[in-house]
Amino acid sequence: MNTAANAITTSRWTWRDTLGVYLREAEYQFRTVLRTPGFALPTLLFPTMFYVFFGLVFGKPGDDQIATFMLATYGTFGIMAPALFGFGVGVAMERERGILAMKRVAPMPPMAYLFAKAAMAMLFALVIVLLLFVLGAVFGGVALPRSEWWLLVIALVFGTLPFSALGLVVGVHVNGQASTAIVNLIYLPMSFLAGLWVPLQFLPRWLQGFAAALPAYHLSQLALGIIHADARGPVAAHLAYLVIFTAVCLALAVRGWRRIQDR
Amino acid sequence: MNAIAALSLADLPAAAAAPARLEGAVKRYGAVTALDGIDLEVRRGELLALLGPNGAGKTTAISLLLGLAWPTRGRAEIFGRAPRDIAARRRTGAMLQGAQLGGHARVEEMIALYSGYYPDPLPLTETLRLAGLEDAAKRPVAKLSGGQQQRLRFALAICGDPELLFLDEPTAGMDVEARRILWAAVRGLKQQGRSIVLTTHYLEEADALADRIVVIHHGRVIADGSPADIKRTVAQRRIRCVTSLNEGQIVNLPGVTRIERSGDRTDIVAAHPEAVLREMLRLDPELHDLEVTGARLEEAFLSLTQDSSAKEGA
Repeated sequence: MNTAANAITTSRWTWRDTLGVYLREAEYQFRTVLRTPGFALPTLLFPTMFYVFFGLVFGKPGDDQIATFMLATYGTFGIMAPALFGFGVGVAMERERGILAMKRVAPMPPMAYLFAKAAMAMLFALVIVLLLFVLGAVFGGVALPRSEWWLLVIALVFGTLPFSALGLVVGVHVNGQASTAIVNLIYLPMSFLAGLWVPLQFLPRWLQGFAAALPAYHLSQLALGIIHADARGPVAAHLAYLVIFTAVCLALAVRGWRRIQDR
Repeated sequence: MNAIAALSLADLPAAAAAPARLEGAVKRYGAVTALDGIDLEVRRGELLALLGPNGAGKTTAISLLLGLAWPTRGRAEIFGRAPRDIAARRRTGAMLQGAQLGGHARVEEMIALYSGYYPDPLPLTETLRLAGLEDAAKRPVAKLSGGQQQRLRFALAICGDPELLFLDEPTAGMDVEARRILWAAVRGLKQQGRSIVLTTHYLEEADALADRIVVIHHGRVIADGSPADIKRTVAQRRIRCVTSLNEGQIVNLPGVTRIERSGDRTDIVAAHPEAVLREMLRLDPELHDLEVTGARLEEAFLSLTQDSSAKEGA
């Protein structure tokens, strides 16, 4: 009798419970990633180091134009990493280890998994952007109106989304061991070709043509536009590119996901 | 009576549906047929063991019921719903084979995360106790031994206090002590009225725990009965010898279920090897190169399938 009664009482579940699952999943994701020095350290250190070397030390002291310009480009470079590696390597590893299968069997809403990883990338992006802001303002003499600081934060934090989607495509298709190499092969050349390390006009002309095809280029142009640095092309075009790029990646990821779901 | 009063009308169909059901389920991977038309119903409150050699299709059957794979033909249902239905999965827990739990989470954090997926999870301390992980609660998952990892997988399966529990080869790689703890926990869950599906290739394990054993071989159900029934079938011996007796003489000996000849050797599967041998030695004093071994599970059930096809033919 008792067991029959128990069997019926388990069906209550509200949106609050679902929200709780999303938040706990994100918190768990963030907490475990923070304990992974191989992820957290390079993700936070590389962009700040690069910015210090090329934006602050390399430029003429007191030249706040370079420091301001590179805040946008190294900011873009910085926020790509947690998105690309978090999804690309994270999903590939968890898929290979059977963790994904366990989560699919447990009553976890699949979107909670994606939400957690996307939120983790955004939080890391926020920390990276704030680190660069402090460095730029204190040592590079970067001074921006408050509205531009805010807009830049928003652009770079939400700018993780296209790269999260791209990382997901990698994570769904590539095995765990290969994933780090593949992500690096996407991340580093893309950063260079999009003009994140060295401004585009200093690249050979024939190399400059690749930039327009890359999401990193369009995000960095958006960021440059916000701070009234030397941006090319209309804002709407960059935004449209990023939205379409994200949608295409998600479609590819869903197709790949369907294929591996039926094991 | 109270329980019946507590049922609302909307709950009735779900309450009446079997916890898990496969109907004519066929699963092919390319040219390989993993499941070849299986009908299986897990009844409420029973512990069902799926027994069979490696590669028989046990894990595939469970994968279909968990929504990890889709049947090529036929149906898989949990509580009358599709296995991917999240409401159905909130009443289900599963211990999968071979998931490598790693990463930088602690044991208790991981259990808390999985508990949170369910509406009425067990208290953390209770899950830890049932799985025998009290001393490892604060340890990083990556630092657990193989046996402890297996216990953690069990903990994650039961933490939601599910009505229906799947355990795919739960004691593989466990030492005797860990196996004892897990068996005790499984028995406890059964006593609370949980429905449990367990796969194993150890008859001993199925016998120790199950109310009912379904034997799967080459993707088909070849036997379905109580542990006593199944044991009687499996408790056969294989007699191998060189003898001049012909098949007609042997087949009529008591308890012989199967005869095979290759070269000058004769293989006989029989329930009572002593009686068979006594008779054979009387008829053929020249009988030599004698060997008596336990019939492998597969052999025991091969004779069983032949029995059933003979009956159908008659």
